[in-house]
Amino acid sequence: MPFLNGITALLIYQLIGEVLVRWLKLSIPGPVLGMTLLFISLLLYKRVPLALETASAALLSHLSLLFIPAGVGLILYFDALSKEWLPILVTLVASTLISMALIGLSMQQLMKWFKPKAEPNDESN
Amino acid sequence: MSQTELLEIWVYLSTSPLLGLTATLLAYVLAHRFYLRCNASPLANPVAIAIAMLISLLVLTKTPYKDYFDGAKFVHFLLGPATVALAIPLYKQLETIKRVMLPLLLSLLIGVLVGAVTAIYIGKVFGASKPTLLSLAPKSVTSPVAMSIAEHIGGLPSLTAALVVSTGIVGAVFGPSLLKALKIDDARAMGVALGVTSHGVGTSRAFQLSAQMGAFAGLSMALAALANALLLPWIVSWLPF
Repeated sequence: MPFLNGITALLIYQLIGEVLVRWLKLSIPGPVLGMTLLFISLLLYKRVPLALETASAALLSHLSLLFIPAGVGLILYFDALSKEWLPILVTLVASTLISMALIGLSMQQLMKWFKPKAEPNDESN
Repeated sequence: MSQTELLEIWVYLSTSPLLGLTATLLAYVLAHRFYLRCNASPLANPVAIAIAMLISLLVLTKTPYKDYFDGAKFVHFLLGPATVALAIPLYKQLETIKRVMLPLLLSLLIGVLVGAVTAIYIGKVFGASKPTLLSLAPKSVTSPVAMSIAEHIGGLPSLTAALVVSTGIVGAVFGPSLLKALKIDDARAMGVALGVTSHGVGTSRAFQLSAQMGAFAGLSMALAALANALLLPWIVSWLPF
């Protein structure tokens, strides 16, 4: 039962998110608003119910599976890709790795700069 | 069994969602086994292998993508609730995240800007067409969000969805080694880098490396989706085409 209750709760939050986004004409996607609302609810509730814990663990443990159907959609663009495969490939690889390196460097460096003083047991990494 | 009987079964299967759904799960299960057999080498990325298997299957059986997606859409649909579910790791890591909130937000902003600007400029230099450039711009954002951004700025949503997955695979396969080579070894920094650039596929990879890295990747992916949805239309309007 926990899984069923959990997935139902997640769907309800997504539904609220989708409805609000359309109703208020927001430019953020419904699931992102749903996540924000669930996060606020957890802050108020102050703990994670077992049902949500179970459902989210199940969904997130194989998150990458969920991207497969869209990935297979590459098949629709074989024509476009055969003409533009070089710019697309170079852009995907270069832009992704450049961003990745800069984000990693800035995060690691900024954490050193902004490190709060006298912090107990922070050296866990 | 006669040939007409076989044909009848095939006609049933090719019009029912059962086949597309089963094939998707089976391809992932097999690809995941292969990945574990390769000692979890990032080069044996299960998503990439499963996609390659399914594309080959569709080409060999001459099945239209639409028919396949009729079944696979049940898996695709779960991206929505999975996005909502990110609130849970986010809440659980709240204390750790609060302590590094400012560095995280700044790095996120750098990531969103650099990601969009490099995608459009590199693509332009190498001669990509305008719809392709606009489809590439949200490549680091998780699929459902990326598709709605692409639509908003004039890209092709379904091309974006495919590019998003490819970006995720590139990041998940090469990201951790690149970060290590640059001496970025803090789990929180690695998580943010993976989540912002490679969304859910990068987050899956991060969870394999450590729970903390996964939580930071999941959080960054969610924040990046939000930041991109708000900023990307504006960034794109400032870039020359």
